[in-house]
Amino acid sequence: MTITQQILQQLINGISLGSVYALMALGYTMVYGIIKLINFAHGEVFMIGAFVGFFSITKLDMGFFPAMFTAMIFCAILGVLMERLAYKPLRNAHRVAALMTAVGLSMLFQNLALAHSWIGASAKGFPQVFPLRKFELMENVTISSDRILMLVIAIFLMIALQFIVHKTLMGKAMRAVSLDKDAARLMGINVDKTISFTFALGSSLAAAAGVLFALNYGIVVYQMGLLPGLKAFVAAVLGGIGIIPGAMVGGLLLGVTESAVSAAGGSMFRDAVAFAALIIMLLVKPTGLFGKNVREKV
Amino acid sequence: MAVLETTNLTIRFGGLTAVSKFNIALEEGELVGLIGPNGAGKTTAFNMLTGVYQPSEGTIAFCDAPLCSATKALQPFQITRRGIARTFQNIRLFKELSVLDNVKIAYHQNVKYGLLPAFLHTAQYQTEEVEIEEKALEFLKIFSLDTKKAEKAKNLPYGEQRRLEIARALATNPKLLLLDEPAAGMNPQETQQLMELINFIRKQFSLTILLIEHDMALVMGVCERIYVLDYGKIIAHGTPAEIRRNPKVIEAYLGEEVAHA
Amino acid sequence: MAKRFSAILQLVLLLAVGYAIQMAMDAELINRYYAHVMTIMAIFVVGAVSLNLINGICGQFSLGHAGFMAVGAYTAAIITKNPDLILPAIFTGNIRFILATLLGGMMAALVGFMVGLPSLRLRGDYLAIVTLGFGEIIRILLLNWDFVGGASGYFGLARHTNFFAAFLLSIITITIIRNFIQSSHGRACISIREDEIAAETMGVPTTRYKVIAFVIASFFAGTAGSMMAHLTQMVTPASFTFILSIELLLMVVLGGLGSISGSIGAAIFLTYAAEALRAFRAYRMILYSLLLIFIMLFRPKGLLGNQELSLSLLRESFKNLRARWRRKKKDGITAAAE
Repeated sequence: MTITQQILQQLINGISLGSVYALMALGYTMVYGIIKLINFAHGEVFMIGAFVGFFSITKLDMGFFPAMFTAMIFCAILGVLMERLAYKPLRNAHRVAALMTAVGLSMLFQNLALAHSWIGASAKGFPQVFPLRKFELMENVTISSDRILMLVIAIFLMIALQFIVHKTLMGKAMRAVSLDKDAARLMGINVDKTISFTFALGSSLAAAAGVLFALNYGIVVYQMGLLPGLKAFVAAVLGGIGIIPGAMVGGLLLGVTESAVSAAGGSMFRDAVAFAALIIMLLVKPTGLFGKNVREKV
Repeated sequence: MAVLETTNLTIRFGGLTAVSKFNIALEEGELVGLIGPNGAGKTTAFNMLTGVYQPSEGTIAFCDAPLCSATKALQPFQITRRGIARTFQNIRLFKELSVLDNVKIAYHQNVKYGLLPAFLHTAQYQTEEVEIEEKALEFLKIFSLDTKKAEKAKNLPYGEQRRLEIARALATNPKLLLLDEPAAGMNPQETQQLMELINFIRKQFSLTILLIEHDMALVMGVCERIYVLDYGKIIAHGTPAEIRRNPKVIEAYLGEEVAHA
Repeated sequence: MAKRFSAILQLVLLLAVGYAIQMAMDAELINRYYAHVMTIMAIFVVGAVSLNLINGICGQFSLGHAGFMAVGAYTAAIITKNPDLILPAIFTGNIRFILATLLGGMMAALVGFMVGLPSLRLRGDYLAIVTLGFGEIIRILLLNWDFVGGASGYFGLARHTNFFAAFLLSIITITIIRNFIQSSHGRACISIREDEIAAETMGVPTTRYKVIAFVIASFFAGTAGSMMAHLTQMVTPASFTFILSIELLLMVVLGGLGSISGSIGAAIFLTYAAEALRAFRAYRMILYSLLLIFIMLFRPKGLLGNQELSLSLLRESFKNLRARWRRKKKDGITAAAE
């Protein structure tokens, strides 16, 4: 295997992994953009999405796409409920209160899953719904059918999101609310509805990411949201939190970096890379790659 | 000697130039007003002077020493230590703390004892804290807030909150005081008292004061000179009498047609 | 001067009580199990009070307190287990343990400085994610470090910790942190919590004080980690997980953000509750997270707010209650009259 082949192979691995991070990072970034909250429970939405997909396939005999769609709808509703019940009452409270609630929610979902008789502590095998095929792009550089699927769906969803944000009325409302909540309200925008919609959108993307991730790695487990959730947040910060294209680029960048590190022999430290990247980023350019300097209003 | 001198101070937020080529000079002991319609950039100018915002261009000199230039910019706390204090348009007291503690924090910059005496409450800690307490109480007395020293700041009536904010700013021992709409939300009687207070502290502490205000009676009543800001630019500057007659100012405030009528 | 004298007298009395309890334990008047639980309570008091300095007093948000305990625990364990490593071999026994605990704390403080500096320059919420990530990094590094046993952990430590040692540490922690809060430096930290921008314009170097608070808290977390390691006689990467950070966070929130006495009470109560609810282990974290959410939703300043428990507070609340009761009675009478 030559160096070039290896680099290409890792690039492919990294991009497909990164596309999952990117999908999740979008949820973080949209929610942060609109209510300035790190939604710690986002990783658990990803986990719940994966499980809904899993049970839809194993218990309800659904096909893969209907199962993923079910997971997205389920999590969209979950996201809205979460926002209405837990975050909305704290919108004007101290930020730390909202952050702690988010951490509480994350712990709650994880432990409810752990205590649930269908889920429990042990990992379950995600069914191989599509026959696995490997395509050789060139000598020693391959990509599996699952990865192609993951990449295609992720790209499709990102394009759909761009369409929603830039071409629909709701998207315009989202952008307006994230710029200035009060002004948006004066312009007749239903701010509460817009925030709920943002949660629904972000959560459904996380659910899709969860199902794709489970399909790719072949397992579902109650803790699966923790690390990808954290990493997706890092991806969002790398790209500049609150900036949608930033989340996409940040996710891909993180995925590629991780693959590169594990290929270079540091697979044990793969998980540490994201946080090292985060700390370096905060030191060098805290606003992220695409970030503008935002000032707090005084 | 000019206490404060800015040259071509400019700040841009994205594409918007909020303040451009802001040039003012304050002589020692002056009381100068900064007026202008809403959104003209007055508070933004204050935020640049106090280091909360970094200007995109221009320099600020305070007592002939640079606070902010192309190469370096001081942090807000450093600027306070140089001798510029301010109040905020929307009162920013330490709400959960007592009136006394609000003032005590202003003395923080003078504290000489380090962390170890703080951990162990050594003799040095005791003497300095007693000193701080005495000074803070004296200060509250000047502003007749001493009877409310134990009260939480958030429980004070509005007018007293404003007064406490001014007291707290003065406790940092400034040469220059920036007041951001101190009369906002006050009734005429309270405004009258505020005017007296401003005149009093100015003499008592030999201060230079820059004042943002919407209440024209107050501005015209106490200020010796006035700068008028509109759309981020200084459109006029002079004595209250000159400003009152300036067609540009009338235009800015009342609109074009009235001015030409 | 009299004030200072009575403070010292109080300390001496407290320590005497602690020592008496230890003697009772040694004489097995208090059974082993309770002795163990009480020691753990004292260690958690150190953890909770120090975390309160960051989350309650300074208004920042750390999610990695357990990580600093891990740093302290491993550092101290390496020193006590290797008689000639880091510290010269002339220090043995309990002296070595005390020095190791101090060094463990200092190591945690150093790491706290490195983690805190980049994130505390920014707005509060970055600290949460950085500390969370930091906990993960520590765990991964420990898993892969064979010298300290990797995943299976570091075993066979001497049992240096007894109740009195933990109690002493908790008294030192409480005294120092309480003294700090009452000082000008502590007031600077509180002013950051109240209004960061106003604090800065009052001449408070906010970043510096956030880092100072964070480093002090990390130091005490490190010493608590060392205590814990020499109580259980082992450390594993699983000893100080995210779940422990959450438990400490819950103690702070339950006791009231900014209230030292609240943190102490909550640490004792939750440690007891965890023992009493051992049979329901699977549901404990569900309960904890629900508790955390509900307290935040209904009492965002924590269950007891930032008040300190004191006689005057009790007296005052009693007075309020009585006044309210009288008013009610009066209202009742007027209503009846109408």
